[in-house]
Amino acid sequence: MSKLHRQGGAAHVFLIPWWLGLVLVTAVPLIASLYLAFTDYNILSSPKFNGLENFERMFQDDYFWAAVRVTAVYVVVSIPLQLGFALLLALILDRGLRGLAFYRSAFYLPSLLGTSVAVAILWRQIFGDNGLVDRALSIFGLELGSWLQNPSLSLSTLIVLNVWTFGSPMVIFLAGLRQIPEELYEAVKVDGAGIVRQFTAVTIPLLTPIIFFNLILQTIGAFQTFTQAHVVSGGTGGPANSTLFYTLYIYQQGFTNFDMGYASALAWVLMAAIGLVTAVHFVLSRYWVFYGDD
Amino acid sequence: MTTATTSLDSARARTTAVLRRRGRRDLLKHLGLGVFVLLMLYPLIWMIVSSLKPDHLILTEPGLIPSEVTFDNFVAGWNALNRPFTVFFLNSLLVTVGSIIGNLFSCSLTAYALARLEFRMRGVYLAITLLSVMLPMHVLVIPQYIFFSQLDLVNTYYPLLIPKFLATDAFFIYLMVQFIRTIPRDLDRAAWIDGSGPFRTFWYVVLPLMRPALVTTTIFTFIWTWNDFFVPLIYLTSPKMFTVPVALNSMVDSETQGGVGMLFAMSLVSLLPVLIFFAIAQKQLIRGIATTGLK
Repeated sequence: MSKLHRQGGAAHVFLIPWWLGLVLVTAVPLIASLYLAFTDYNILSSPKFNGLENFERMFQDDYFWAAVRVTAVYVVVSIPLQLGFALLLALILDRGLRGLAFYRSAFYLPSLLGTSVAVAILWRQIFGDNGLVDRALSIFGLELGSWLQNPSLSLSTLIVLNVWTFGSPMVIFLAGLRQIPEELYEAVKVDGAGIVRQFTAVTIPLLTPIIFFNLILQTIGAFQTFTQAHVVSGGTGGPANSTLFYTLYIYQQGFTNFDMGYASALAWVLMAAIGLVTAVHFVLSRYWVFYGDD
Repeated sequence: MTTATTSLDSARARTTAVLRRRGRRDLLKHLGLGVFVLLMLYPLIWMIVSSLKPDHLILTEPGLIPSEVTFDNFVAGWNALNRPFTVFFLNSLLVTVGSIIGNLFSCSLTAYALARLEFRMRGVYLAITLLSVMLPMHVLVIPQYIFFSQLDLVNTYYPLLIPKFLATDAFFIYLMVQFIRTIPRDLDRAAWIDGSGPFRTFWYVVLPLMRPALVTTTIFTFIWTWNDFFVPLIYLTSPKMFTVPVALNSMVDSETQGGVGMLFAMSLVSLLPVLIFFAIAQKQLIRGIATTGLK
């Protein structure tokens, strides 16, 4: 007992930074932002409580709806594509192919750089006027001009950018494939299963927990995309709000207009949306994720 | 005798045929993968080549082999803003090294307590840590900004560094807790019996054994901090405090006066530290992602 007591005392010394962080960096700001969400606050004068006004304003706010639409399209289109590529390449690379380490690194490299300002700048040039894509398409007689100036194409450049970073989920898939015991393949082969059957009866079911993990991780990340959207549109979210990602809109309201009450309300809606989507994924996972023992 | 040899021969022939077929299939695979790698890395290669071309050739000459090579873009780009990029590189270095030290210090202390020491409600602490991984930073960033601006710390590096010293990158705590659990408890117990308290045990026994987890933390903190844009963009408004990504972004804004070549050159230079780190630490990095799912 006295030893436990002594350890408890020591533990709290070890946990001093964590406690300070929890209170000062996380808990107090969390409560403060919840309060600010119900106020009108421009940082110069003190916050004025205004009830649900911020949330009512959202319903009338065309920019808010544009941001919701852009972010939703981005998540719904780019995540399945990104994970599809990741899974496909992991399957191709799995089975004892020579040069695995090289391919893995080469495919992983974009993930490492994908969220940097530098790559976003590169993307501006690739999809810009006379850029790589424009020129390549003009060979086929397609004159689309700058994708970034075109409201119906600009978001797809950022979707391509996200798909381009399929390397990090791919590495996780590769690790998952390694965990599948060879005996299982042998067992179904004895039952006369061909490649396709092996794939649908062994590989995919045993990989579902990893697919689920990647899905959650990438979805939460995609909701919070900021750098690429900011750099590609020069901070405007244009043209015609076509790249107004949700976090970019929070940034504009909070740090350009200093409308911090409204920005806090927007942020809480984002958090609720992420929480909701994650919860739905967890509920749905019961129907398709396979956990060996049950 | 003859039948035995022929059957052996035919068996051998069959194996060679299988091997050859597999060899051909692998060759096709390598060919396909090679083309795909090239396609994937083409944008980066294009960036490197373009950074070496004079401006007027970048948008007119499509091929990868430049007809004229110049380093002007690097020289001009380095000095394109009011200050040379040396300043921004030093700023980024300071922030990155500070963040690494902060994370190593605060996360290892926390992880040791959570993984090894007995105290009440330890499970609750762990759960809070895990939940905070999920918390989007955008809900916290506005009050944090108000808080730091009231302390008059906008345009300093404190808002970037203080959170790192307070164990707020919960990812790394989780990673280290998982790692410490794989270290045999007998080692701590031996130290306890020898009369070491928790602090000595942590410092002399557990911390040295945690090296792989510390290396992973260092690598990821480096890459994330070096690339980070949102937080420096908010707090650093005075150009002399800019980190490299913020400086690069301001170069885009003033694009009219600078050429595309300079942008390519500086973008490339800004990625070099990450690329070098990747080249050196590839193995640990890949292992880190594979075991924890970090990006």
